[in-house]
Amino acid sequence: MTQKSVVADRKSGKTHYSGAEFLLDALKKENVEVIFGYPGGSVLPIYDKLYSSELFHILTRHEQGAIHAAEGYARITGKPGVVIVTSGPGATNIVTGLADAMIDSLPLVVISGQVATSVIGSDAFQEADVLGITTPITKHNYQVRKPEDLPRIIKEAFYIASSGRPGPVLIDIPKDMAIIQGESTDKEPEMDLPGYQPTTKPNYLQIRKLVEAVSGAKRPVILAGAGVLHAKASHLLKEYVEQQGIPVVHTLLGLGGFPAEHPLFIGMGGMHGCYAANMALSKCDLLINIGARFDDRLTGNLAKFAQHATVAHIDIDPAEIGKNVQTKIPVVGSAKEALAELIEQNGKKPEIDVWTTQLTAWNEEFPLRYTHEEGVLKPQRVIQMLHEKTNGEAIVTTDVGQHQMWAAQYYPFNKPNSWVTSGGLGTMGFGLPSALGAQLANPKATVLSISGDGGFQMCLQELSVIAEMNLPIKIIIVNNGALGMVRQWQELFHDNRFSHSIFQSHPDFVKLADAYGIPGYKVTTEEEASNCLDAALKTDGPVLIDFRVKQNENVFPMVAQGKGLDEMEGV
Amino acid sequence: MKGILSLTVNNRPGVLNRITNLFTKRNYNIESMTVGPSEQDGISRMTFVVDVDDEAVIEQITKQLNKQIDVLKVYDITNQSIVARELALIKILVTTQTRAEIYSVIEPFRASVIDVSKDSLTVQITGESDKIEAFIELIKPYGIKELARTGTAAIPRGMQIAHAKSATIV
Repeated sequence: MTQKSVVADRKSGKTHYSGAEFLLDALKKENVEVIFGYPGGSVLPIYDKLYSSELFHILTRHEQGAIHAAEGYARITGKPGVVIVTSGPGATNIVTGLADAMIDSLPLVVISGQVATSVIGSDAFQEADVLGITTPITKHNYQVRKPEDLPRIIKEAFYIASSGRPGPVLIDIPKDMAIIQGESTDKEPEMDLPGYQPTTKPNYLQIRKLVEAVSGAKRPVILAGAGVLHAKASHLLKEYVEQQGIPVVHTLLGLGGFPAEHPLFIGMGGMHGCYAANMALSKCDLLINIGARFDDRLTGNLAKFAQHATVAHIDIDPAEIGKNVQTKIPVVGSAKEALAELIEQNGKKPEIDVWTTQLTAWNEEFPLRYTHEEGVLKPQRVIQMLHEKTNGEAIVTTDVGQHQMWAAQYYPFNKPNSWVTSGGLGTMGFGLPSALGAQLANPKATVLSISGDGGFQMCLQELSVIAEMNLPIKIIIVNNGALGMVRQWQELFHDNRFSHSIFQSHPDFVKLADAYGIPGYKVTTEEEASNCLDAALKTDGPVLIDFRVKQNENVFPMVAQGKGLDEMEGV
Repeated sequence: MKGILSLTVNNRPGVLNRITNLFTKRNYNIESMTVGPSEQDGISRMTFVVDVDDEAVIEQITKQLNKQIDVLKVYDITNQSIVARELALIKILVTTQTRAEIYSVIEPFRASVIDVSKDSLTVQITGESDKIEAFIELIKPYGIKELARTGTAAIPRGMQIAHAKSATIV
């Protein structure tokens, strides 16, 4: 039955629908624009209904590609990315993506097929305990036991995934539940979530405390995380910062939340952050964390982190406050509401000229830098060129490793929703499929998928989808013939013992692109790189460029594990 | 230190798994737990006793539990005036010589004999954890054949807190 006929039948008084019909009807009501998925035995009844529905489905070439694409879509739009996979291997293939979305707070609604209820628990063909497997890596999960529960479950799932601290919700649908009919009440389903009431409006007294702390501060700094982006509060952050004149440091995931070109932007903090940003975090007397979770890659050694500071933490997830860093002023609420309230309060502006002058001086004295070598293509230079050629306007997605850190360092972001990276889980293979999702979320944008040669090979099968849809993604491989970050750590901390980090052979990436019907280029010099990028950006379709860069280039500056942020190397 | 948490949760399949999973994931150790129906239909009450370094950990556990969609309320009753009980069933070896002596130990603890056989007695004892520990220590020399203990079940004392509770659970 088509979706149209479901509606028609409702008018004609039909009251029974299969689970698959309930599901697709509910997805339409949530205005789902695109579903990323992969069919299989247990979801055949759902795919059968999908065949005649108007819902737009993209067949990725691997379930992991589907869920990373959905993450890219969710990161750009703020709306839940939707995924359908089959039972057993289909569902286990999305585990990485669920964990990734959970830790980076990306909204997803994931439908997994399950074997029929009559055989659940019998080790049936393609059976896996998906609820058990996904419990620690989902915000919530369901198993459908009555088809007529689906409208309510879908409504709850979208609400849970996208409200409060966003996250992935999984719905496991046994095959028979998709087939058998349930009675429709034709009423709007009522959500049943008495235990879920996220606080978005911050406590007034805590906001007052923060306002007073700001007015008396000598060395305040704002640490802005991805919570600012999730709450769509970038404009309010800028307004507040300009009102109070407080400098801003970004986390890796927060990049783009505050304009990189703004005079009060100090830089990214953390393991590969810039010197001034890390000194700001070390020497501040008031640290205002807005929507960041004090990840260890950001804080370095906790005992040495913001030692002299009063810590204020604005977070929609109360469990993040005080989890890693003791907090004096806890503010539970969305970044948007908290910033709006802070602007409204318009407290006394702190007198901090000495502090901001010092931070600017540090940035001038210790900028991000690398050495040019005649005739050698440096990875940092590749990223800088990408920035120049796209006027800093592109959406950038990355894998994980050196290229990711160089992209964060050398591609300054001025706008929100332009940076898609796997921060918390550090997932290789994330870049290419998330670019696919990001491009669908923003069809007009220039999307750069930047990967290393290692991560690119983990999900490269999605080239097929990119080619099929002729998506104009520019696929950048920063190719140093090694697992760069692993190699760097082995050089620095394991006496140059490069255990399994140097690739002995690679496919010819240009021929590989050709096999998928994508134009591919190999560049080895700056001049080639420049010309090739110009041509690629003019091409109305995907292009793959294999940038052959120096192998033993390291990411600096760096805070070694266990060190404080003020103990940077390679400044 | 020991912390005691009292939770109300939706009685749905998978809820217990989600909650115990949270403890595992966050590296919190459960000393004991009990689950059973509460005064309201469809809502269960769980009592957790946890052994942690400091109160900050209990606060973090409380917050993490509160994040679960099926958890309705979490009460940290560690420092409250509470009524806490656990139950133990203990099968003790007896001989004609020791029978009378064992009875004399049972009585002051207000434990009761619930099964008798030729060479054993099964005793039921309820009370706070310490009392049960003390009883087991006393009875050990006679020979314990089998022992089963529940975890602690606990609720705050008095009307005031009970009211506050029922007002917040809806």
